[in-house]
Order: sequence, then C-alpha cells, then structure tokens
Amino acid sequence: MSATAEQFINNPLGTRTTIDDVIEDMEFLDDWEDRYAYIIDLGKQLPTFPDEARTEENFVHGCQSQVWLTEYVDPDTGQMYLLIDSDAMIVRGLAAIILVALNGRTPRELLTLDIDELFERLDLFRHISPTRGNGLRAMVGKIRDRAAQQAAA
Amino acid sequence: MTDLSVAKTMTADPRLDVEAIRRDFPILSQMINGKPLAYLDNAASSQKPLAVLDAMDRYYRTSHSNVHRGAHTLGDRATMAFEGARETVRGFLNAKNTREIVWTRGTTEAINLIAHGLAEHLQAGDEILVSHMEHHANIVPWQMLAERTGAKVVPVKVTPAGELDMESFDELLGDRTRILAISHVSNVLGTVNPVRDLIVRAKARNVITVIDGAQAVPHFQPDVQALACDFYVFSSHKLFGPTGIGVLYGREELLEKMPPYQGGGEMIERVSFERTTWNILPYKFEAGTPAIAEAVGLAAAIDYLGTIDRAAMEASEWALLERANSLVPSVPGMEVIGTAPGKVPVLSFKIEGLHPSDIGTLLDQQGIAIRTGNHCAMPLMDLYGVTGTARASFAFYNTLEEVERLFAGLQKIQRLFV
Repeated sequence: MSATAEQFINNPLGTRTTIDDVIEDMEFLDDWEDRYAYIIDLGKQLPTFPDEARTEENFVHGCQSQVWLTEYVDPDTGQMYLLIDSDAMIVRGLAAIILVALNGRTPRELLTLDIDELFERLDLFRHISPTRGNGLRAMVGKIRDRAAQQAAA
Repeated sequence: MTDLSVAKTMTADPRLDVEAIRRDFPILSQMINGKPLAYLDNAASSQKPLAVLDAMDRYYRTSHSNVHRGAHTLGDRATMAFEGARETVRGFLNAKNTREIVWTRGTTEAINLIAHGLAEHLQAGDEILVSHMEHHANIVPWQMLAERTGAKVVPVKVTPAGELDMESFDELLGDRTRILAISHVSNVLGTVNPVRDLIVRAKARNVITVIDGAQAVPHFQPDVQALACDFYVFSSHKLFGPTGIGVLYGREELLEKMPPYQGGGEMIERVSFERTTWNILPYKFEAGTPAIAEAVGLAAAIDYLGTIDRAAMEASEWALLERANSLVPSVPGMEVIGTAPGKVPVLSFKIEGLHPSDIGTLLDQQGIAIRTGNHCAMPLMDLYGVTGTARASFAFYNTLEEVERLFAGLQKIQRLFV
C-alpha cells in the first residue's frame, strides 16, 4: 500500500499548487479559449489513477463523462488525499481545480469548509455550462461524503 | 401512395425562404455566450414558432375551461379547440377517424400505454421484435411487458452503416413473434427505416406493428393508412409543438380490445361500486383533465407546417446534411456514426482524442447547441463500441452558415487541444 500512499501524497495539486495560484492565473485569461486551454492543461497534471480503484463504489454519478474518485488518509497527520480521474479533458481540468482547493485537508476541515464560497472566488460557475456545473457538484458531493465517512471512522 | 421515405429528390431546390422562417421562431435570434445561437439539437427537442406561442396564449386568454364538462360557453370553446386539435392530428396522420387519435404525454407514454394494453395478447415464450437502434422508450416498456408475461424481447441487428439488417429481420420474424416495435427514424443515426416493407412482412404473420415516429414527423409526414401499421406514436415537442403532449394513433379495432391504461375521470361511462364501465374511444385512454392548451399548440404547429412547401423543406434539410457530410474531412479524426443513404439531417459523430462532452461544452462556448452522450440508446452505443457520441441534428430553420459554423467550431476545439 505504501506505493499507493505515495501516489496520493506526492500529488502536487493542492499541495505545491495552491488555490491562490489558480485564482491568480485565471485572472489573466479573458476569453473562453484561454480559460479552457488553461483548464485542460491543469487536467494534464492529474496523477495516474490506480486501476484497482476504478470500482462502482468510486464511480461518481451525475456526470456526463465517466468520473472516478478515491481517497487516502495519512494515518500520521489525518490529512485526506484525493485522486480523481475522468475520460473527458475538461472534467479532468475541473477535477484538478477541485484537488487544488480540497486536497490534503483533514476530513473535519473539508466538512466545515464553505466550498461554494471558494468556487465563487474562482468565478468558476459563471464560465461553465450548467450540466458541467452539475458534474462539479457531483464530484464535490462525493468528496464530502468520503470526508464524512472518514470523520466517522 | 405517399412517399414515406425522406426526400430523394435532392436536386430539387425550390428555395425555402429560411430567413423568413427564422423570424417565425423568436428563440433563434438570440446570443449565447456572446455568439449568435446555432441551435443544432433539434432531435432532442425542436423550437416553437410564434403561431404555437400565440395559439396557446390566445387559448388561455379567451377560451380556457375544462373540456367535455362545463355547462357554459368557455367549456364549449375549450372542447371545440381541443377536439379540433384532435381532428388536425387525424388529418396530419391521415387516420380514418378521430376515435383512433389518443392524446398521451408523449411518445414514451404512448408506447407504455400500448405495451400495457397488449399484455393479454402475449403468452410465455412469445416474442417482441425491436431493433438495436431503438431509443430506450421503445425497449424498456417492452422489457417490462416481457417480465410480466414471460415473453422475450428480441433485437434485430443493425449494419455498420447504421441500417436495419434485413437478413436479421427476416430471420428473427418468426412463429413466436407477436409484436414488432420499431422506430421510423433512428434518433442517433438518422436512418429512415423501411417501415412499409417491415409492416408488410409482419402483417403476413399477423404480427402487431408499433411504429415510433418521434424522429420522423419533424422531417416528413407519415400516412398511417398507407403504412397500414397498427400503432404510430410521436411527441409534439419534436414537431415544433409544446412539451407535455404526444399522440398515439391506434387502429380502432385494436384500441377497442385494449383495456384502459389509467383510471379516473373522463375515461369512464358509468361508475358505481358494483360496476364501472368505460367511455368510448378515444376517451377510454384519457383519464383526468388533459393537456388542453398543449393540444391546441400542437395543432397550431401542424397548421404552421402546412403553410410551408414540404418539398422545399425536405430539399433544404437535405442540403444541410450534404453540406455537413462534405465538411467532415475538414476535421481530422472525425467519424460519422450512421451513414445510411436514406437519412434525415442528423449527424452523430466522434472525433479521435476528444470526449463528446468536451466537444459539447466547447461548442456551447461558441453559441452552438448540440447533444452529447448516449442519446437514450445504450444498446446502440455498445454496438458501435462507444460510451457516447456528439450529435448535431438539424431542422428546416437551420442554415448552411450554421452548418459551417459547426465545423469551424470543431476545428477550433481541435486547435485548443493541440
């Protein structure tokens, strides 16, 4: 399991790349092409998703594309690390932004965090279509569910 | 006999005045994400002309009441408008009489109603013949019926080009076949199925025929007597009418034999705790207060279509499809799914390296509306080995310029991913 744990912990998204970096970057992008090119690039930074985690339990329902999500809690620090995968590039990009915002926090932190406020700062919902927004909410919902499970464990 | 297939006279070009037609559809002249809307999702739902909006508005302003009930003028007006709409639909389909025209909520409810009504007709081991290209609405109600009766749902194969495999059809149409339920036009592939031919073969074996016309009626006018089908169903909202209403045409003799679908007001003749009897056709199948304004709206849509030259409309749609096909090579890695020679202007496609949902999102940014996903046809997706496709579907109000914008948009998306 240690190789897998490293896969989780070494994910730069949300650890070395922070939400402030992304907000700063996005401020300079004024047309949709640049914005989406940036989102697509972020998606390319998602770490490889472990094949064995592609299970029904980890499948995120409510997205137009196929999305999987799995987590690992560091037993020493209690931080929850996430991996997300999708076959659609824009969804991968949005998943990367979610990871930047939420990766490496403790389950309790995640449960008290005002995620909507965070995304508002990113001005994200304004720029993505409603169906995409539903996918984003589905991913965030799944992360909250996992956080709740881990917090109760 | 009416030509039941799509326009084959592609050289005819009587010049449909598309700009004038577009003015009849107020929704089309708006900006989406800062670009003029190109609405290419007509197979999912079509837009409504002013004639429909006005008819529904006028109905509510001047004539609304419940139908077949009130002892007053508005009750009469509403009933006249409602039954007038039924007559309009009868004329559209060329049914023998209005007893054969049942209002439903849409194609889906119509098929469910038929499946419910044919339960008595089936025994364990009987077969219901469908095809691999059916919409879930023409699969699942039959599976539910099969579950109840012990019958089997058997799918006819589809060729790689997206046509019905006639060898497979002839092989599967057998002694145990009781029902043939098939789409007139495929919602994913655009293929126009040779339903007249299928009905003839089915009838020779006394098989009941159900034709799903949801994707056919926006493009051409079916004639149920020429087709000689037992049932023909469609939804108003794909025919430029309002949502929430659809049509079930059924041969009177068969409708008479079928039990009611839902119980309630309107569908009864007499109710007592000892014995309740059913109303006459078509009311036997219309429990509860119907969608009156929607019926009026659908009739207005049919009347509106009646003012447009059919041949010009079909030629114009054909020109849209031709232009689209000619532009496919301009997008490297683009592959069209459904290449039957006889098809309506529907273009399902995939592009190497691009997920359909990414294509949909990035076209939307350019004001272009298409559908992505499995199109409620998972068995067909499985057949083509994809989880989904992108689908551009055109109506007679679309322009060649919009087709070109679609392809320019796709090229732009490809550049974004380089």
